[in-house]
Amino acid sequence: MAETALTNTIEPPARPGGWRGIAADWSSDQRAFKNVSWGKAMMWIFLLSDTFIFSCFLLSYMTARMSTTVPWPNPSEVFALTIGDKRIPLILIAIMTFILISSSGTMAMAVNFGYRRDRVKTAALMLATAAFGATFVGMQAFEWTKLILEGVRPWDNPWGAAQFGASFFMITGFHGTHVTIGVIFLIAIARKVLRGDFDVERRGFFTSRKGHYEIVEITGLYWHFVDLVWVFIFALFYLW
Amino acid sequence: MVDVPFDTVAGIPPAEVGEVDLYHPKSWWTRYVFSQDAKVIAIQYSITAMSIGMVALVLSWLMRLQLGFPGTFSFIDPNQYLQFITMHGMIMVIYLLTALFLGGFGNYLIPLMVGARDMVFPYVNMLSYWVYLLAVVVLVSTFFVPGGPPGAGWTLYPPQAILSGTPGQDWGIILMLASLILFIIGFTMGGLNYVVTVLQARTRGMTLMRLPLTVWGIFTATVMALLAFPALLVASVMLLLDRLLGTSFFMPTLVEMGQLTKYGGGSPILFQHLFWFFGHPEVYIVALPAFGIISDLISVHARKNIFGYRMMVWAIVAIGALSFVVWAHHMYVSGMHPYFGFFFATTTLIIAIPTAIKVYTWVLTLWRGDIHLTIPMLFALAFIVTFVNGGLTGLFLGNVVVDVPLSDTMFVVAHFHMVMGIAPIMAVFGGIYHWYPKITGRMLNEVLGRFHFWVSFLGAYAIFFPMHYLGLLGMPRRYHDIGETAFVPASAHDLNAFMSVAALIVGFAQLVFLFNLVWSLFKGKEAGGNPWGAASLEWQTPETPPGHGNWGKELPIVYRWAYDYSVPGAAGDFVPQNEPPAGLLAQGAGP
Repeated sequence: MAETALTNTIEPPARPGGWRGIAADWSSDQRAFKNVSWGKAMMWIFLLSDTFIFSCFLLSYMTARMSTTVPWPNPSEVFALTIGDKRIPLILIAIMTFILISSSGTMAMAVNFGYRRDRVKTAALMLATAAFGATFVGMQAFEWTKLILEGVRPWDNPWGAAQFGASFFMITGFHGTHVTIGVIFLIAIARKVLRGDFDVERRGFFTSRKGHYEIVEITGLYWHFVDLVWVFIFALFYLW
Repeated sequence: MVDVPFDTVAGIPPAEVGEVDLYHPKSWWTRYVFSQDAKVIAIQYSITAMSIGMVALVLSWLMRLQLGFPGTFSFIDPNQYLQFITMHGMIMVIYLLTALFLGGFGNYLIPLMVGARDMVFPYVNMLSYWVYLLAVVVLVSTFFVPGGPPGAGWTLYPPQAILSGTPGQDWGIILMLASLILFIIGFTMGGLNYVVTVLQARTRGMTLMRLPLTVWGIFTATVMALLAFPALLVASVMLLLDRLLGTSFFMPTLVEMGQLTKYGGGSPILFQHLFWFFGHPEVYIVALPAFGIISDLISVHARKNIFGYRMMVWAIVAIGALSFVVWAHHMYVSGMHPYFGFFFATTTLIIAIPTAIKVYTWVLTLWRGDIHLTIPMLFALAFIVTFVNGGLTGLFLGNVVVDVPLSDTMFVVAHFHMVMGIAPIMAVFGGIYHWYPKITGRMLNEVLGRFHFWVSFLGAYAIFFPMHYLGLLGMPRRYHDIGETAFVPASAHDLNAFMSVAALIVGFAQLVFLFNLVWSLFKGKEAGGNPWGAASLEWQTPETPPGHGNWGKELPIVYRWAYDYSVPGAAGDFVPQNEPPAGLLAQGAGP
C-alpha cells in the first residue's frame, strides 16, 4: 500500500523476517514495533489493559455462579421471547449478536475505504457501523426493560440466585457503555472524514495535532475489540 | 525507498519518525497550569503527591501518639484511629508512591532519558494529571463528609468495609471507591503514554538495552500497573454496587445488630483475590522504579559502570512477571485451600532470586568503586540496607507456617514499612536530591540534606526495628489500645512510647526537607548542566532546566549505554551517551 503515507514515518531499511525479525526489531533503536504508529500502539496497549478489566468481571461472575448454593436462573428461559405463539429461546440475543458482528464487517470496510481516501464511502460505512451499534444498545435497553418489568433487580430476581441480576446488569452495562462510547467516537470521526479533515491534515480541536486517516483504523481496533468481548459475554453468560 | 537518505553514523540507523508536532503554549495558563509539557506535568504530579503525602504523615503522627501514649489524647477515639490507619495506608501506597514514581519521576525522566521531545500524547498526559488531582480532591473530601473517611483498613475488606458500625460507612467508603476509580482512569491515560514513549519514541541509537535502569524500572512498573489496576477497578465497582445498590457480590448472609441483612450468597474471598491480584503487583509497582533509580544513583556516585546490566534488566522483568503469581500469600489465613498456600509460598520464595541478584549487583557495583558519599549516594545505600532488611522478613512471612502466627501482628507492619515504605521513600529522596539540579538549575542545600538523611535513616530504624520485636511478642496491628494483656510485658509500652517519639522527630525532619526544596529554589548553589558528571542523556540537554522540546534544534544521537564511568583511556572520568566514538570525530562525521 505505497499510496498510504498515513503518518509522518519513513520506511526503515529492510529487516529479516520471522523470529529473527522480531529479535532485530526489539534490539534496534527508536521503535520496538516498526511501522506501528504511536496511536495504534497506544490503542493496542489500552485494549490489553481493558481485556484484564473484562476478564476480572467475567471471572468474578463465574465465581459467583459456581459457588452459589441457590439455583442459577436458566438463561435460555429468561432470555426467551414469545413471537406469534412460539417461545423462542435467546432469539433477541441472537439478533443482537448478529447485528454486532455485522457492524464489525462494515467497520472493516470503512477502514479499507479510509486507506483509499474515499471520504464518502468511509463516512457512510462508519455511520452504518454506528447505526448497528446504536441498534445493539437499543435492543439491550429493551432487554433490560423487559427483565426489570419481570422483576429482575440487581439485588433480587424471581427465579434464583440474586447474583444473576447483579452480574447481568453489571457486565452487560459495562459492555454497553463501551459500545456507546464507540458509537460516539464513530460519529465524531465520520464527521471529520466527511469534512475532509484528514485530507487537509486539519489540527484537532483539543490536541492541536494533525489528523490522519489512520484514526479510522484505530477506532476500528476498538470496535472489533468490543465485538470480541461480546462473543465472550454471549458464550459465558447466555450459553452457559 | 531510494529517496530515503541513509545517513547512518557509525552504524546508527537513520531517523524513522519525522519531527513531532509539539504543542506550543500561547499563554501563562497553557504554559504552567494546563500544560502539555511532560516536565511541568511531572512537577504538578510531584507537588500534589507530596502535599497529600503530608496529610498521611500527619495521620501517622496521630496514630503513633495514640499507640505510644494510650489514653493521653482523648480526641483520638477508636473509630478515628481506624480511619487514620485506613487513610494513611491508602494515601501512602497509591496517592503518594505510585503517583510520585510514575507520574512524577516517570513524566520527567522518560522523555529526557530516551531522547524524546515529550511524551507521545501530551494532551492525554495532561488529562491524566487533572483526573489524578480530581481523585485526590475526592479523597480529601472524605474527611469532611458526615461519618468521616472509611475505617476498614487500606485493604477495604468486605463485608466489614460496608457494614454499619464500621466508621465511614455512610459516605466515606463511597467516596473512597469513587476516588480509586478516578485514580485508575487517570493513571491509565498517563501509563499508556509512558509505555508507548519508551517503546516507540526513542532517539536514534537508543536501543532498549542502552536505556538507563531508571527507565527500565518505571517502564516495567507501568506495564504491571496497566495490568494490575483493572483488578482493583473491578473490585471497586463491585464493592460500590454492593454498598449502593445492595447487590451481594462480596457479601455473605450476615446478622448485623441482631437482624438479618439484605445481603446473601456473596464471597468475601473473591474480593481478597481481586484486591491482592492488584495489591501484590502494586508492591513492585513502587519497588521497581526505586530499583532503577538506585541503580543509576549508585553507578553515578561510585563512578563505576553498573555491574551486570543485562542481568539487572532481566531481573526487573522477571520480578514484574513473577509478582502476578504470588498474590495469595496475603491470604494464608483467609481459609483458602492449603495447597494454594503451598503454591503461593513457592512462587513467593522464587521472587527472592531475582531480587537477590539485584542486591548483589548493587554491592558489586560499589565494590572498588570511587564512592562519593553525596546525599543521593547516602540515600541509595540506605535503600539497600532497608530493602534487604524488609526483604529478609519477607522470607519469614512468605512461608505459610511462619506467617500464620505472625499474621495481623506488628511484625507484618514492620515488614511492609521497611520494604515498601522506607525503602522506596529513600529512593524518592535520593532521586530528588539527584535530579533537583536538573529540574531547577540549583543544588539542594547540603547541610540540611545531610541532617534530613541521618534523621530519616536512623529514625526509620528507631521506629520500625523495635516493631519487629513487638510483633514477635504477639502485639496485634490495628488495635486502638492494647490495654493490659498477659503476653505483652509492661516494657513493651515503653518501647511504643520510644517509637512514637522517634516518629515525631522523623516527621519533623521531612518538614526540613520541604523547606530545603523551597529555599534552594531561590537560594541554592548554581548547579550548571551536569553537576554530578553523569553520563545518561538527561544531563546532556542544551539548557538547564531543559526547555520546551528538551533538545533544542537537533535530537541527540546515542552511541553507548548510560554507564561509561572511569573508562580506561577516556579523556574524562565519564563519557556521555551522546558523545561520538573517537574515530568518528576524526572523520568529521560527528554531529
